[in-house]
Amino acid sequence: MSAPLMQATGLTLNFGRIRALDEVDIAIWPGEVVAIVGESGSGKSTLLRVLSGQAQADAGQVFYDGQDVGAMTEAGRRRLLRAEWGFVHQNPRDGLRMTVSAGGNIGERLMAQGNRHYGNIRKAATAWLQKVEIEVDRLDDLPRTFSGGMQQRLQIARTLVTEPRLVFMDEPTGGLDVSVQARLLDLIRALVAELGLAVLIVTHDIAAARLLAHRIVVMRHGRVVEEGLTDRVLDDPQHPYTQLLVTSVLMA
Amino acid sequence: MTYSYAFLDEATKRMIRRAILKAVAIPGHQVPFGAREMPLPYGWGTGGIQLTASIIGRSDVLKVIDQGADDTTNAVSIRRFFARTAGVATTTHTAEATIIQTRHRIPERALQPGQILVYQVPMPEPLSRLEPRVVESTRLHALADYGLMQVRLYEDIARHGRSASAYNHPVMVNGRYLMSPSPIPSFDNPKMDRMPALQLFGAGREKRIYAVPPHTSVRSLDFDDHPFNPIRAPHPCAICGATDSYLDEIVTDDAGGRMFVCSDTDHCEERAP
Repeated sequence: MSAPLMQATGLTLNFGRIRALDEVDIAIWPGEVVAIVGESGSGKSTLLRVLSGQAQADAGQVFYDGQDVGAMTEAGRRRLLRAEWGFVHQNPRDGLRMTVSAGGNIGERLMAQGNRHYGNIRKAATAWLQKVEIEVDRLDDLPRTFSGGMQQRLQIARTLVTEPRLVFMDEPTGGLDVSVQARLLDLIRALVAELGLAVLIVTHDIAAARLLAHRIVVMRHGRVVEEGLTDRVLDDPQHPYTQLLVTSVLMA
Repeated sequence: MTYSYAFLDEATKRMIRRAILKAVAIPGHQVPFGAREMPLPYGWGTGGIQLTASIIGRSDVLKVIDQGADDTTNAVSIRRFFARTAGVATTTHTAEATIIQTRHRIPERALQPGQILVYQVPMPEPLSRLEPRVVESTRLHALADYGLMQVRLYEDIARHGRSASAYNHPVMVNGRYLMSPSPIPSFDNPKMDRMPALQLFGAGREKRIYAVPPHTSVRSLDFDDHPFNPIRAPHPCAICGATDSYLDEIVTDDAGGRMFVCSDTDHCEERAP
């Protein structure tokens, strides 16, 4: 088996008396979708922030492609965040520039990588708008004129335009209504398959996890209580908390 | 009571000179300095005056321009200020000056080695409109992470169809630091490139000094397929007939009458018949 794309061992992080992460080990292989599920406050988002270098753990190490992320310079980490990683926020307002047009939002990562050809940037932005099913004539509109679902799709286009190898998603379907969620999940699933991305997705939506993820990691109180293949974890949960989580999903 | 030579006390002048030396050593990098209260309000050129006060000597000849003109209130006051406090000769002729303090223009006549051009800068941070956090923009400079500025240019073209802002168009200095040229018209940007004179920039309110040493490359930001293209009013000067100088539009009556004249008054006077 090939080496993991990202591997973390013994991640521990305390916020004062609260233990947000407790000896977390996690690994993700190229092209794999891993869902992190758990209740609010279980440390899911914190884990994502630590893995993506936006927060520093008290103990433990994160390796990306064999390099120790904690030992990198800030310039190196930012280069990774710009080129090889992507981060999709729960609230599109955190990930988008609301005063910049849709085209500018999509083009930003290209320009940050040194692309200086207006025509090419625009072509790429147009192509990506089509990919995320936004009408092409909205290219010069500001994101604030977009609906919530469109903003989220725009954020995804903006993140994936540089074809990163690893994408972090923090509750990407949070705050959207169910039909929009379904469409977004479809879109993410198609893009992930097409581009062969590795995705680490944080969600408390078990249905979304079942739809997207190859593997599931269940967290509680900052600890990984169970992990395994999606179907195995959801159909045959071992840990009492996972059992509770799975049975508390409402069936429509 | 008598003031120190050139108004500022010697310790302050030394502090400012140290900042200037650092600024010259790192072209385009903003160096913080302890700007002093000056006997005129912020926005009237307190940064430029402190620079001039720190470098001026008795043998210097000073020229001060405001929007290209030698005879505007600001230019006249600052010129008189230094004539009184530093006892220097003043001039309106670009060729005769050793120090030229300017607001919003670069003289039309090419500057020579040995001359110093002092700019008054209202807002030294080119990223200020794009990144509200000062700590973050400092970090962006440190990492030469200037994609954000390119996004602004992209927006200009997407909205207005052209890349040049009319003034204060951002420049890359020496291929490393993004710099605000102060609110000079884009027309003047090419004059900064490899200029033989030393260029000093002072922002009094924001307490920053930066510099472009002589013969340093200064490139205006643009796109490969939308090259930098400064604007000039498509008229000859109504007084001297110049077709290659930057023009001011002057409204002459209430009936829509207007004329275009050189913004650089010294340049115009030298050419006028």
